[in-house]
Amino acid sequence: MLSKKQARAFFLGGTLVTFLIFIGLTVYSLSSSTDQTNHENLTDSVVRGKEIWESNNCMGCHTILGEGAYYAPELTKVVDRLNIKYGGNGEEVIKSILMSKTPWQPNGRKMVAYGMTEQEATDVVAFFNWIGEIDLNGFDRIVSPLAKDKINK
Amino acid sequence: MKYKSQKVAYWFFALSMLLLVLQIVYGFVMGFARIGFDNLHNFIPFNTARAVHTNLLVVWLLSGFMGAAYYIIPEEAQKELVSVKLAYVQLISLALVGVTAIVGYHFNYWEGRKFLEIPRPLDYLVVVNVLLFLGLILTTLFTGKRRTTTALVLSMGLLFAALLYLPGMLPFDSQVTDSFFRWWVVHLWVEGVWELIMGGILSFLLIKLTGVDREVIEKWLYVIVGLTFLSGVLGTGHHYYYIGVNKIWLVVGGIFSALEPLAFLAMALFAVNMYRKGEKKHPNKLALYWTLGSAIVSFVGAGLLGFAHTLPQTNLYTHGTLVTAMHGHLAFWGAYAMIVLAIISYALPNMTGRKLYESSRGRAAFWLSNIGMLGMTVAFGVAGVAQVYLERKFGMEFMLVQKEISIHFVVLILCATMFTTGIVLYIVDFYKHGLPTDEALEIQE
Repeated sequence: MLSKKQARAFFLGGTLVTFLIFIGLTVYSLSSSTDQTNHENLTDSVVRGKEIWESNNCMGCHTILGEGAYYAPELTKVVDRLNIKYGGNGEEVIKSILMSKTPWQPNGRKMVAYGMTEQEATDVVAFFNWIGEIDLNGFDRIVSPLAKDKINK
Repeated sequence: MKYKSQKVAYWFFALSMLLLVLQIVYGFVMGFARIGFDNLHNFIPFNTARAVHTNLLVVWLLSGFMGAAYYIIPEEAQKELVSVKLAYVQLISLALVGVTAIVGYHFNYWEGRKFLEIPRPLDYLVVVNVLLFLGLILTTLFTGKRRTTTALVLSMGLLFAALLYLPGMLPFDSQVTDSFFRWWVVHLWVEGVWELIMGGILSFLLIKLTGVDREVIEKWLYVIVGLTFLSGVLGTGHHYYYIGVNKIWLVVGGIFSALEPLAFLAMALFAVNMYRKGEKKHPNKLALYWTLGSAIVSFVGAGLLGFAHTLPQTNLYTHGTLVTAMHGHLAFWGAYAMIVLAIISYALPNMTGRKLYESSRGRAAFWLSNIGMLGMTVAFGVAGVAQVYLERKFGMEFMLVQKEISIHFVVLILCATMFTTGIVLYIVDFYKHGLPTDEALEIQE
């Protein structure tokens, strides 16, 4: 029968081994040869876009890379989707929503009117474009049926 | 109650109850917004309500864990807390930081990173607060008469929870790496070190309530927390499938997160078996309800419902949908909310000297809140599965799907009302116990 000492050894040993493997895999998946985070295309504009994304808690309604609050649309590949819907004017539509001083209410669900400047809206679009180029192991096609159609064409 | 200083736990529990009520209020704000009644949008837009709802959950659970530690550690270490005054300082500063953060969310003052919305300057205050808490707990434990496994596991969980808060404060320019290390905090908290805290509290309660030998309970505690870490650490990979990192996580995350339910199954079997083995019939049946309930519901909510969407093939479709909300609600309720309510149910009569555990109000609170939460989980689940099929399989637009599934949020609100009734009854019971008193020291537990 298992003794308390053996049980403790199982706990401490198992934790140590799995944590070391976890650190190893983290280093492996973020090292330059296996990296797929699209890090090389990060521009100042993308970084500014990310800061705007965070400082307004956009994730509190939307999702991006599948993470967020499920209240408003997923924004991975959003430029692609709106390009198809609005005849190639996806970026302009997004910018007009972000710069609008009155609340945007698609299907009755309200979005805060952020009244961003042209530069801020451009940075957020740059952020969306950067997100859209990440290799997401297939999720990019699933999450965006319209983008999926475009890829299949 | 054996030590005067244990009374400080009462105020942490009271803060927990207050924040729980607020959390529920903001939950209703979101529920109503989803069925079209978002009249509060100008003051509490959805993203504010969401951040407040999830952050209040974290703070009331942490306050509950801290209260549990202040109650358990003196009794386990057989020594008064080293400083009651500092414990009150820590309580007040925790409340102040929490309230400042919550108020700030209404004025666009946040970090906008899911679950870790607290702005950076407040993060530093959280660190100072937690260091003070750990200082008090660890000094009491290590200068005490004995260092039990229960106390060590509980303290280890609290210490690692504090350490793991730090990766969330690292600045990243990339959304991918930002998210990657955010999960070091969120996942390794809730599917790792918080389970040590839960295990420690569970073990303490089982020793007190069942009378089974401490050595037996603590041996199995090691096995369970061992299984938790063995599966949970590499199980972090299930958050990395589709956020822009290497495919290796599909394999590692898939295998190890599929093992995660085993740890919860072990915990449920452990709790039920110890109850069956126990010869002691402790009169506080309510505490026993919550204790066993926590072990069983956490297996269903965290273990089974987590498994339902953890495999990469399924998660490809469910990632970023309401299916996650389904799992999240029952998992947090079972594993953490119920264990906090269990330790409160056990400690309150001992601190106040009022043994109200025979009341039907307490049992109604247990059943109404549990059935209500189960109904909410089902509502989220049906909405989530419908969303997956309509949006991800048939390609309908997000907002059109949301209109289709809004009826499930009416059901959600009805079940949430039942849940809230249960919680209100629990809090009425809490209030009826009155304040903690030194006279309770003489009363046999």
